[in-house]
Amino acid sequence: MEPDLMKTMLRDMLLARAFEERAAQEYAQGNIAGFLHLYPGEEAVAVGVLRAAEPADYIVSTYREHVHALVRGIPPGVVMAELFGRKDGCCGGMGGSMHLFDRERRFMGGYAIVGETFPVAAGIGYAVAMRGLPEAVICFFGDGAVNQGTFHESLNMAALWKLPVLFVCENNHYQIGTEIHRHSAVAEVHKRACAYRIPAKRIDGMDVLAVHDATIEALEQIRVGNGPQLLECETYRFRGHSMADPGSYRPRVELQAFESNEDPVKIAIAETVAGYPSEEQIAAAGSGNIERLSGELQRSELLTVAQLEAMKKEVAEVVEEAVRFAGNSPEPVMADARAALDCNRHDEVLI
Amino acid sequence: MADEVYYWQALNRALDMELAADDSVIVLGEDVGLYGGSYRVTEGLYAKYGEWRLRDTPISEGSFTGLGVGAALAGLRPVVEIMTINFALLAFDAIVNMAAKIPFMSGGQFPMPLAVRMPGGVAKQLAAQHSQRLEQMLMNVPGLRIAVPATPQDAWWQLRQAIRSDEPIILLEHELLYFSKGKLEPQREAPPMHRARVHRKGADLTIITWSRMLDLSLRAAGKLAEKGIEAEVIDLRSLRPVDWQCCAASLQKTHRLLVVEEDSRFARAGAEICAGLAERCFYELDAVPQRVAAQEIPIPFNAALEAEAIPRVADIVAAAEGMCG
Repeated sequence: MEPDLMKTMLRDMLLARAFEERAAQEYAQGNIAGFLHLYPGEEAVAVGVLRAAEPADYIVSTYREHVHALVRGIPPGVVMAELFGRKDGCCGGMGGSMHLFDRERRFMGGYAIVGETFPVAAGIGYAVAMRGLPEAVICFFGDGAVNQGTFHESLNMAALWKLPVLFVCENNHYQIGTEIHRHSAVAEVHKRACAYRIPAKRIDGMDVLAVHDATIEALEQIRVGNGPQLLECETYRFRGHSMADPGSYRPRVELQAFESNEDPVKIAIAETVAGYPSEEQIAAAGSGNIERLSGELQRSELLTVAQLEAMKKEVAEVVEEAVRFAGNSPEPVMADARAALDCNRHDEVLI
Repeated sequence: MADEVYYWQALNRALDMELAADDSVIVLGEDVGLYGGSYRVTEGLYAKYGEWRLRDTPISEGSFTGLGVGAALAGLRPVVEIMTINFALLAFDAIVNMAAKIPFMSGGQFPMPLAVRMPGGVAKQLAAQHSQRLEQMLMNVPGLRIAVPATPQDAWWQLRQAIRSDEPIILLEHELLYFSKGKLEPQREAPPMHRARVHRKGADLTIITWSRMLDLSLRAAGKLAEKGIEAEVIDLRSLRPVDWQCCAASLQKTHRLLVVEEDSRFARAGAEICAGLAERCFYELDAVPQRVAAQEIPIPFNAALEAEAIPRVADIVAAAEGMCG
């Protein structure tokens, strides 16, 4: 792998972690309200997948999508301003944390009804396939979404018409508070794809290099017209489902079961005992995926400790600036909301 | 030149014209391709435009409607046919949470050139699950527009307008209207999609209606005329937005309001029409606004009971006479 790409991905992950931890602080201080779903623990998935995508590809994401948006290139200040509900946010304050959109970057939205990303991605894929373009659609979803009818309906259509969609499962093992074995008769998400003859793989979602490689491989197949692919990325979220969720449903016995499976998130889980993890606990968990990549870079002498520290400092400044940008952005007014609602009314004047 | 055509033919010609004019127009739905549509609306189009433009879908209303939303986001102009409105309940997330809200939530970044056609209403002994009228469940959603064509001419105009619009449009078609005939003047300039139309002039009361109830209301007006009561009959043509101007202008003349709807009375479209016009024209009114509506019951299978459950011409005549007595 390209050394520059590896460094880029490490920076993405550090920025992602710093951005999300700061969002939690801003939430605690009242600058962000509503539902706020954070991504720490899962960074390797968004970064590995999106760094393998082309600018012409489309991204369809869920309500836990700040990091997807950042990696896709939406400036951190613009994302933070949307979290603040301000006018300079990527949706002018109309969408908020769960509904980030950026048409120019083909970031086709964060969807907050579980299972919505499937048909939206299939529809975009339909448009691409009909026009015979070499573009792909990346469709993110969680392990909880696979029990919605739209998963099965959309995978069926995507396979039937060979639509260029990469389905990426961010399997963090929990649909809010219900562990996967309690919500799915078949807990291996990738196995479900065979019902629709969609090639699927389970990969280590804590290993950004593995995620990146698997995505490149899948996208190659998609671009030559072989139809959809599915990747199940095994990962884990360090925090609760949202800021409103202390995560107390994750019992010790279940964590021990994960440990005994030699799961790559072992360290993180062991530290994330029942209860809301503190800053110290998260730090003690070793940042999982991030530590792994920075360790790799240091071992291969691509990055010195000093350079890593400089990178951390740089992203901290970026986040600081993002918060400043968001805080300085004006509140939208009702006329802005009306304009957004009527954005597609052109010549016609309604009575 | 005015042709006499069936309502389904008007829709068929409108689709043909738009598919030919713009290669981003596609049609999605169950049996819209090879079969030609359960009400013949897409007849002959699959052979002409091919499977990517006329796509036969699996029975997955929620997802093929959502697929239409995604295709619209990527620049296509999908026309989704939901075989009957009864199945649209499975597609409400795509319609209400996606199509209606994405342009708004994105801060106005995305067009939503999606048209969703739904045959509905009470037809002939299709029983409760297949006899629904769901106007009120759609007309209260900001971001949607609802067209209710009652004639071949309006079907032709409004479907073409819906396809060309960048807003999501729901077309509520009536299953008993597909084989009704009417004049079609293809060259005639279309009024705005949401403009109501006065079908019959009269000075004694205003009957406001839409879809299949227009025909019954006009027949009732004929009978009322024999009794010396001149009813003005307005076809709303659009349930969101409503052409309040046209309705209010009529009430300023007649001072009496009768709403005729095929749906039942409680919390349905007629309630909003009455409330909206009471707010606008209260001091113009000489009588309490009245509604002729279906009984508050799921539609029975039995033919006689089915007929009794929804408004009949005699019910409209009786209500109008009561108001003008």
